[in-house]
Amino acid sequence: MTAINAATGGARPALRHRLAERGIDRQLLLLIPAALFVLILFIYPFLYGVGLSFQPTEGGALGAYREFFTDAYLRDTILTTLQLSLPAALLNVLASVPIAYRMRGRFRGKRLLTTLLVVPITLGTVLTAQGLLNFLGPTGWFNRTLLSSGLADAPVRLTNNYWGVFFSLVITGFPFAFLLVLSYLSGIDPTLERAAATLGAGRWQRFRRITLPLLAPGLATTFCLTFVLAFSVFPSAVLVGDPSGTTRVMSIAAYDAAYVRYDYPLASAVAVLMGVVELLVIAAVLGWRALLYTGSTAGGKG
Amino acid sequence: MTAAATSRASTPATRPGHFETLRLDGVSRSFGGQAALADLDLTIRRGEFIALLGPSGCGKSTALNCLAGLLPLTRGSIWQDETRLDVLPPERRGFGMVFQNYALFPHLPVRKNIAFGLQMRRVPRAEIRRRVDEALRLVHLEEHAGKLPGQLSGGQQQRVAIARAVVLEPSLVLMDEPLSNLDAKLRLEMRTEIRRLHQSLGLTTVYVTHDQEEALSLADRLVVLRAGRVQQIGTPEELHTEPANWHVADFMGYRNLLPVRAGARQGAGITVEIEGQELTGTPVGDPAPGSEVIAGIRPEDLRIGPAGSTGVPATVEVVEYQGREVAVEARTDGGIPLNLRAVDRPAVGDRITVTVEPRRLLVFPADAR
Repeated sequence: MTAINAATGGARPALRHRLAERGIDRQLLLLIPAALFVLILFIYPFLYGVGLSFQPTEGGALGAYREFFTDAYLRDTILTTLQLSLPAALLNVLASVPIAYRMRGRFRGKRLLTTLLVVPITLGTVLTAQGLLNFLGPTGWFNRTLLSSGLADAPVRLTNNYWGVFFSLVITGFPFAFLLVLSYLSGIDPTLERAAATLGAGRWQRFRRITLPLLAPGLATTFCLTFVLAFSVFPSAVLVGDPSGTTRVMSIAAYDAAYVRYDYPLASAVAVLMGVVELLVIAAVLGWRALLYTGSTAGGKG
Repeated sequence: MTAAATSRASTPATRPGHFETLRLDGVSRSFGGQAALADLDLTIRRGEFIALLGPSGCGKSTALNCLAGLLPLTRGSIWQDETRLDVLPPERRGFGMVFQNYALFPHLPVRKNIAFGLQMRRVPRAEIRRRVDEALRLVHLEEHAGKLPGQLSGGQQQRVAIARAVVLEPSLVLMDEPLSNLDAKLRLEMRTEIRRLHQSLGLTTVYVTHDQEEALSLADRLVVLRAGRVQQIGTPEELHTEPANWHVADFMGYRNLLPVRAGARQGAGITVEIEGQELTGTPVGDPAPGSEVIAGIRPEDLRIGPAGSTGVPATVEVVEYQGREVAVEARTDGGIPLNLRAVDRPAVGDRITVTVEPRRLLVFPADAR
């Protein structure tokens, strides 16, 4: 017995097996192309930009940041951007819930309806902006209807200001939010609400006590994604907004710094600050999400 | 007693009192013109354990969902004593339901799952606590009260689902194949448990299953369904010994269903010819002499006769060990497979003679529906 143990060396298994047990084997080599891609096209430019933001022509390492926070025209872009993106993201998520809730079952024409709701994604921001200008502009259909029906004396201004950008963000952001919420809702076992019904819960109680708590983590994630989309708004802020005034968002400030003033360190600093603000909002939302139940949404063993 | 009765009466229509009879009157449900359940007439008495039995797609789950209010009826009505129930939504029928996948609320701990129905009925907090504790004790889950359903085993989840349904003291408990997701050993244990709860709590239960053994062992009365239609309603003994047609017989374990031709009537019996041997059987449902009939025999009613006795000669093909006895599949010289039981283990390839008692051979009309 001892002899056998000695012969096999009381031996630990071969190195290759021990590594494989921890998930390290040759298949890992397949990751190299993707890793290189991320490194060259994302991580390097990102770090380069961060580095650049700390090398302004004057004012030391933090000069660009100091400039951003002392210049009200720059500093206020944070508030402007948040004022646009937070309500737009919130509206997108909240409006998706009842529509997706009604549409989670199977019914005739569901595909057609889903397609129609998702079309704005495929149009792109520019086409949406043009449509908005034609429809909501001072001589657009909306205002002409208002004027001819006598509901308004003068055209209501809905483009080239805050509302133009807001509508554009809702039109392009809603489909994303809707698709995400629909898929989260479809993942919730429908027998849970049936069970709640047999236990005496009415329609509202079933939604409030069962579906909503199970959906809430998904809503938080959806909110983060639509918020990020809305936060980096650039084309519609220029096309249907007021890019030098009420809709001067951070991305416009970064663009100005880089291509009007050729101040790359300042532009990089604005970009970094955009990321920081986004991360703060997302951290707050995900912090709230962590307090919720995030496990399985099935009612038991399949 | 009177105090309890008044406190119940004070909570509104969500808590209908216990009934004497629950009557299903021509209950039908179709999906897109396809009848899933047709003309189900059934009267359930208080305290009864009814099993709805049938193969998948026979309409038994449809019947249960109609009863629970989760599916609207296409035709017919449901009456609880003199109250019409089928027009009420599920939350106002006051039935408890146990779902096949348990449908426990995954975000609520066991205690809150069980308390859910009581909260919906606005029962005072102290009483909720007392009744939930009692329900937890009943299903032996006291020490798991704070866990989420996902942290429990299948059997424990099952107990939570049952506790959640019975804590409301419902007038009727509906169970939709509650044991089908459990392993064989647990299934037997829970079966006994369900019957014990039914008796000790004085429940009225409607239980859906496709497992005839489960239905026979649990129910006071069985309803056998096939293709949406009732085939037979009766006690386990009635169904076991006197199936109404060959479909019920098939479901009740008559594994030998042989298509044969009927001979002449002989008193109360009727003769059939199997492999040239004339055997006497008991007619069910008036099979006409000379017509195509189906001869039904349980495996345990087929005997291996002593060598040289009169019976159907056959060759042993498969022998399965089943504890006390062995299950044998033999094939007659004409190629008809026969399933039988034997105490002494025959060898594969043995020549045997198979006999049957006349009253154990049932003769059904072939076209019986």
